[in-house]
Amino acid sequence: MSTLEIKDLHASVTTEDGPKEILRGVNLTIRAGETHAIMGPNGSGKSTLAYAIAGHPKYETTSGEVLLDGENVLEMTVDERARAGLFLAMQYPVEVPGVSMANFLRSAATATRGEAPKLRTWVKEVKSAMSDLDIDAEFADRSVNEGFSGGEKKRHEVLQLALLNPKIAVLDETDSGLDVDALRVVSEGINRYRASGENGVLLITHYTRILNHIKPDKVHVFAGGKIVESGGPELADELEANGYVRFTGAEAASVESGLANAR
Amino acid sequence: MTTEVSGLAPELKGAKEGQGEVPIASAGERFQSFDVNAFEVPGGREENWRFTPMRRLRGLHDGTAAFDGTAAISVTETGGVTVETVGRDDSRLGEAGVPADRVAAAAWSSFREATVVSLDGTPDPVTVTVEGPGVGATAASHLQIRTTPNTEATVVVVRQGSGALADNLEVVLAEASRLTLVVTEEWADDAVHVGAEHLSIGKDATLRGTAVQLGGDLVRVSSTIRYAAPGGDAELLGLGFADGGQHLEQRLLVDHAQPNCTSNVFYKNALQTNDANDPAHTVWIGDVLIRAAAENTRTFEFNRNLVLTEHARADSVPNLEIETGEIAGAGHASTTGRFDDEQLFYLQSRGIPERDARRLVVRAFFHEILHKIKLPELRERLEEAVEAELAVTGV
Ligand SMILES: Nc1ncnc2c1ncn2[C@@H]1O[C@H](COP(=O)(O)OP(=O)(O)O)[C@@H](O)[C@H]1O
Ligand SMILES: [Mg+2]
Repeated sequence: MSTLEIKDLHASVTTEDGPKEILRGVNLTIRAGETHAIMGPNGSGKSTLAYAIAGHPKYETTSGEVLLDGENVLEMTVDERARAGLFLAMQYPVEVPGVSMANFLRSAATATRGEAPKLRTWVKEVKSAMSDLDIDAEFADRSVNEGFSGGEKKRHEVLQLALLNPKIAVLDETDSGLDVDALRVVSEGINRYRASGENGVLLITHYTRILNHIKPDKVHVFAGGKIVESGGPELADELEANGYVRFTGAEAASVESGLANAR
Repeated sequence: MTTEVSGLAPELKGAKEGQGEVPIASAGERFQSFDVNAFEVPGGREENWRFTPMRRLRGLHDGTAAFDGTAAISVTETGGVTVETVGRDDSRLGEAGVPADRVAAAAWSSFREATVVSLDGTPDPVTVTVEGPGVGATAASHLQIRTTPNTEATVVVVRQGSGALADNLEVVLAEASRLTLVVTEEWADDAVHVGAEHLSIGKDATLRGTAVQLGGDLVRVSSTIRYAAPGGDAELLGLGFADGGQHLEQRLLVDHAQPNCTSNVFYKNALQTNDANDPAHTVWIGDVLIRAAAENTRTFEFNRNLVLTEHARADSVPNLEIETGEIAGAGHASTTGRFDDEQLFYLQSRGIPERDARRLVVRAFFHEILHKIKLPELRERLEEAVEAELAVTGV
């Protein structure tokens, strides 16, 4: 049973004008079987948190810890983190021209499982996982994400989630850009992954609608680079009704008091 | 009849120079001569030399190369294959074409004996090995490969070793013959090779060519494809892998002057280096000329480059000149893509180690070319050579 612990995480993004601090002390623990939703306004740093956990080279963690079952994730390379059991479904999946989806999936499965899956069972496994997500078989021969629509890219992120079966999955706006049917298909995919009860999910979203399909155990409001409030599913209902104003307002207030203290 | 002419692919990034915006004289009207002295010594600013690092040419272009070395040519002989060593006066020499640059003319003016390989019937695959003259030496050589009508053959030309070589390779395809020709540049690190290829396609003849550039310090091959009669079909594939310090240059002119012929050019280059002081450079020039008489021509040329690291530069200049409206189809395109940090991150985020991620991308990139090589041993050897290139740079 796995646990991901994020402790007082600070991170900055590398920009042309130098590093810019985005994460300002994130604390969060996700245990196997739990689904945590992180909700927050655009630009609050949700993707930065996801990338920092996955080890994107543009994001530098300046202090704090990320531990997977006690192991320091921040010391691992990107691929080591994935092999340790972390997975990030990206908000904007990357196109890799020339490399077929089939070849990519097999390489990824070989890497994360530690050995090449047996060809016959593998082909069946991929086919059935694709059909579960209403993905046409022809996608196996296409280049990774190249020319895929937004929705097709998201389905393929969930396809990878299904095949790699990580201990902890971070899903960054996997719901955005999906129509109603696609949202249902993708949500069902995520729920199948959750069904074992052995995996933890960090579900990052801007909208509450995916929470009608995927019931979170905890909801966290993210603003100004950190979690500003945590609660149960009812917190999502409040956000649905009132939006983020209360939290962005609170953030502004805390900035003011910070200034006052500095004075 | 539909005429489609496509321009440069919109995703074109790295191929900024010479996209036909600079008006140059028609590729078909270039100067040709067997006599080296008929050519001015190129200084490097000329259109056909502007990408080539002249100082690394070992004097092949300016008369300072002594050409006193020997590039030994050996041929595996099987039934249906005749190998002759002939003098300069052999009337068959020059049948496929005339030198069009000073190095090709220098090679022509300097070779002592030529090798003529004649193919008849359906011989087993033939391997021709060209061995460089050795470190510090320069050599000129001449090789002609010819078929009799209806022959169906495969020839692999392997160029290897050290030193500097200027040469002409002639291919003369008789009526309705079919030749699969694989030419590999597997030179040692010091080698310089400047070659001219003259490919003459007979009536209803078919050429399936694959050019592979892997080794050498500087390799520059200029190929001219001409159709001697209607109905010819040429497929020209190319693969180049330049690493630190290498200059690999591929220049093609497909000259359609006969009706009902097709040409299909598809070259792919990958580049990588781990050292800013040792840049990798590839050059691909693809000229296709469709003359007024060449009705019902179908032609397509495509160059794709994959830049794997910084300090690597791929120049790509596709150029299509059409003098008749009566063509079946014509198109050209060039794309230069970068294997970037985002792609690497994406692959790594699925557990794939960095080295494997690069391999995955390069293997997939070259697969399109290599899988068409039907000789399993050769294909495996080239696949391994590509892997070895990746390992050398160790990025
Ligand atoms: N590569 C980058 N360069 C400059 N600023 C960035 C970069 N990535 C993120 N940011 C900035 O960091 C902040 C947080 O971005 P992000 O983590 O993407 O937010 P979210 O996912 O919550 O919308 C934003 O202000 C964004 O503009
Ligand atoms: Mg985001």
